[in-house]
Amino acid sequence: MRVNVTVNGEQRQADDVWEGESLLFVLRERLGLPGSKNACEQGECGSCTVYLDNVPVCACLVAAGQVQDREVRTVEGLADGDRLDPVQEAFVEAGAVQCGFCTPGLVVQAHDLLDRVPNPSDPEIREALAGNLCRCTGYEKILDAVRLAASRR
Amino acid sequence: MDFLRPETLAEALELKAQRPDAVPIAGGTDVMVELNYDHRRPSALLDLTRIPELQQWSDGLRVGAGVPYVRIIEELGAELPGLAMAARTVGSPQIRNRGTVGGNLGAASPAGDTHPVLLASDAVIEVASVRGTRMIPAAEFYLGVKRNALEQDELIVAVHLTPAKGPQQFSKVGTRNAMVIAVCSFGISLFPQENRVGAAVGSAAPTPRRASEAEQFLASAVDFGNPRPLLDSVKREFGELVSRAASPIDDVRGSAAYRKHALAVMARRTLGWAWQELMDGERACA
Ligand SMILES: Cc1cc2nc3c(=O)[nH]c(=O)nc-3n(C[C@H](O)[C@H](O)[C@H](O)COP(=O)(O)OP(=O)(O)OC[C@H]3O[C@@H](n4cnc5c(N)ncnc54)[C@H](O)[C@@H]3O)c2cc1C
Ligand code: FES
Ligand code: FES
Repeated sequence: MRVNVTVNGEQRQADDVWEGESLLFVLRERLGLPGSKNACEQGECGSCTVYLDNVPVCACLVAAGQVQDREVRTVEGLADGDRLDPVQEAFVEAGAVQCGFCTPGLVVQAHDLLDRVPNPSDPEIREALAGNLCRCTGYEKILDAVRLAASRR
Repeated sequence: MDFLRPETLAEALELKAQRPDAVPIAGGTDVMVELNYDHRRPSALLDLTRIPELQQWSDGLRVGAGVPYVRIIEELGAELPGLAMAARTVGSPQIRNRGTVGGNLGAASPAGDTHPVLLASDAVIEVASVRGTRMIPAAEFYLGVKRNALEQDELIVAVHLTPAKGPQQFSKVGTRNAMVIAVCSFGISLFPQENRVGAAVGSAAPTPRRASEAEQFLASAVDFGNPRPLLDSVKREFGELVSRAASPIDDVRGSAAYRKHALAVMARRTLGWAWQELMDGERACA
């Protein structure tokens, strides 16, 4: 089937999409947007987190056909040209990125948190990031990054 | 595979009648895992996310099957505190943004978190097909492990619940605060005006299940109209009867013995919290 969807503000079209395919597969394999990562394909790790109509979701759990005529924003759509989003900058500066595999999902999820709650408490940050796994950092630097981004926004 | 995309409920029911083999997909948080892992290859998917009738609620309360958990938590917490509590424990924020009560009922896992609350609160499930509408009390909806009372041509349309008339609680045991399938769970709803309580267990029998003996015991043991501090013996007996209502198994998440024990503890504690809230409310009114 064909899927028409707005991705990062651009009207995109994916062809030959299998009906049981996930949004994550469409983004990575058909639209050339490999920022969202594929680790578990079962909603457990959060590395595929994207905005769907402004709400963060696991792209691996959205059926491709469900995004027809909807709006998707991926980690690739956060920066303003060459200027990183403050959340991305904070992740770099705080040392919250090691292998980087979890980073795109965490950045999108943290971005949403700060949009909704400009000055989140630590429990609020932990709760918001509870669905994102990181094998490298031990999370402390990630929390630092979110606090840093909040202080700058 | 076909991807069916109805825009209205009537259209969806028509499609489901023509294609009983089509698998409904709402939030996809159960269905997509099965597809991604090749556990299921349906001949068609029936997307329910474009149907406005399923995404809304009306006073009374009739909650559309497709309302995601996040909206229940943020917008219906005052009317449905028990359901909101259970919703808060589901998965992660991303899962709660997408997952729905209709999907929880469709999957009918014995471990689904909304089930004990729906049972304890006398929820009625509205299902429909081109043949008409059926109202199924939650207690008659769960038929077996991952089996529910839906016919092949039916869809779950809404859940009917009365706004809470008294304190409600939900409790769940798991290894962390997020992303856990319940080892066991428990829901309780007080109906002070009717001198009774609803109580139900999850993940501790082939289906979610009401603890009727515990309900009857409490109704006869205490005075809801004039709530006094509960005797320890009453709380303990209530916990024991809840535990006895379960018939759990040993599995990777926990042993049957542990589940029995944990249910008694959860029932005792949640009753204590709910009762305290009832007494505090009485005092505030006095
Ligand atoms: C990482 C992760 C964590 C999870 N954690 C929890 C948890 O803590 N607690 C919990 O209870 N569940 C949990 N789940 C399971 C799942 O999120 C819930 O069962 C959720 O309620 C399913 O809703 P959905 O809208 O996503 O359902 P879907 O996946 O869209 O559908 C689920 C089933 O219901 C059927 N269905 C859906 N809507 C209807 C309808 N209106 N009429 C008829 N049939 C319908 C579908 O055909 C399918 O069989 C988790 C899942 C994941 C991936
Ligand atoms: S790949 Fe989607 S949550 Fe892990
Ligand atoms: S930085 Fe490697 S998984 Fe998080």
